[in-house]
Amino acid sequence: MISSLIVSVLIITLISVVLALLMVIADATVGNYGIAKITINKDKVLEVEGGLPLLKTLNLEGIFIPSACGGRGSCGLCKVKVLQGGGNYLPTELPLLTEEERKQLIRISCQVKVKNDLEIEIPEELFSVKQFTTKVESIVDLTHDIKQVRLKLIDPPTIEMKAGQFIQFEVPEYELTDEPVYRAYSMASSPSETDCVELEIRLVPNGICTTYVHQHLKEGEEVTINGPYGEFFLRDTQRDLILIAGGSGMAPIKSILLDMAEKQNPRKARYFFGARSKRDLFLLDEMKELESKMVDFKFIPALSEPQKEDDWDGEVGLITEVVNRLVESAPNAEAYLCGSPGMIDACIKVLTDLGVPEEHIYYDKFA
Amino acid sequence: MGNLLFPLAVFFAAIFTNNILLTNYLGMCSFLSVSKELETSAGLGIAVTFVMAVTTALNWLAYEYLLVPFNLEYLRFIVFIIVIAAFVQLIEMIIERYSEGLYFSLGIFLPLITVNCAILGASLFMVIREYSFMTSFFFGLGSGLGWLMAIMAMAGIRVRLKTAKIPYGLEGAGIALIIAGFMAMAFMGFNGMITIS
Repeated sequence: MISSLIVSVLIITLISVVLALLMVIADATVGNYGIAKITINKDKVLEVEGGLPLLKTLNLEGIFIPSACGGRGSCGLCKVKVLQGGGNYLPTELPLLTEEERKQLIRISCQVKVKNDLEIEIPEELFSVKQFTTKVESIVDLTHDIKQVRLKLIDPPTIEMKAGQFIQFEVPEYELTDEPVYRAYSMASSPSETDCVELEIRLVPNGICTTYVHQHLKEGEEVTINGPYGEFFLRDTQRDLILIAGGSGMAPIKSILLDMAEKQNPRKARYFFGARSKRDLFLLDEMKELESKMVDFKFIPALSEPQKEDDWDGEVGLITEVVNRLVESAPNAEAYLCGSPGMIDACIKVLTDLGVPEEHIYYDKFA
Repeated sequence: MGNLLFPLAVFFAAIFTNNILLTNYLGMCSFLSVSKELETSAGLGIAVTFVMAVTTALNWLAYEYLLVPFNLEYLRFIVFIIVIAAFVQLIEMIIERYSEGLYFSLGIFLPLITVNCAILGASLFMVIREYSFMTSFFFGLGSGLGWLMAIMAMAGIRVRLKTAKIPYGLEGAGIALIIAGFMAMAFMGFNGMITIS
């Protein structure tokens, strides 16, 4: 009885060891791609170990490409121009790229493996992207499902960002994920506040990062972020501003407003904020303060389903209806939108109908 | 020459009368989820055929020379699974390295079929039916081809279904299972052509 037990264990071990050895040998020979050279923007040359996806490889070299899914090939954000050496498009890339992008040799960098020398092109601004070690300074409930998280930068101690840009938050391994994942959040703090980053994070049921922030993260803990990223920032024009946000879409707009207030920017600004009922509204005092500080600014909150106990005398209706009602014609305006894809698409339609040129509508969609 | 005829009979039986998918209903999950396009289902089918033929042979060797001599037949489930997983992993690495074309058409399906129950099923049937090495190989090959044929027939039908009006509630997996049932009944027409135990 005992001997048969030992024999069975031995046999299984033997088979496993032989197969594992085979795998190790294969990994060192077949899976070993040696040293590859990556030429970036025809100027910088990196020598890297081959075999890993391009996104990961660049990441290890300290170059951060924005990615919301963390390399699973589902968000399609980590686009990089691969001029040479990328091989053919993988079936996993095709659904994430348009024909136009394919003509420009744009690739999904988490899917392209570094197997040989590559020549790639990355927007210059991504070089300013850094990884920051931070410490949670405070966590405050803004509404029943939105938390304000302030992160004090430790290393490096300051960040240079434009109002409206976003960072990526690293979620370490915990119950919901067995590998670190990255999620993008807009900064709500002013660019002048260089030693601190403020985020507004809304709880999404079963969301990996939002659950982590809402239920696990404590003040004083360490958090790793990288950034800044994004094309969503105030353009330097004289156009009137229409700002529209819903929920935690407040964050980048708040950053833009703080920046305008500090610089005493004279542009006319109207900020439409959509919420369901009064319990979804927040930062009302801050907005009031900005109205008095800024040259020409009005905050217009609108409730789509005001409750009886809300005692609401402000605007009522979907944010699109309110914008349509209060903005007459706006060919001279520039619009900044932040919120859910559905809300943004509806707002773009309303705004173009009101005469806002489409090239002057900027938006930040929550994916 | 009788012992060459038997593997051939098993080979054809595995395709038609004892089709692993349509008579045993094995390998159903990938059969249902990947049968939307003709091209991808052909790729998956070929990958299954290849892996099934080789792993039944490998598993036969492992069974006959490692498990039987030590009376460890009951370990076959775990041993077969380890062998299949390791083999698939190795093949994927080799294909990715040496043939881009093959990787795109075949390689990306390999991780999908490690857990295909038809592959394990073929190895287990081979043990139950006490096949020889040669017969096992042909049985694996035939089962794979039978699976390939079934999934391609399914894909052909589902491509046409896209334009058909399907009752609400039967869309997707519902109608696919009904069609698989019809196909299985149609295949019963082959019954009696060859009988293997």
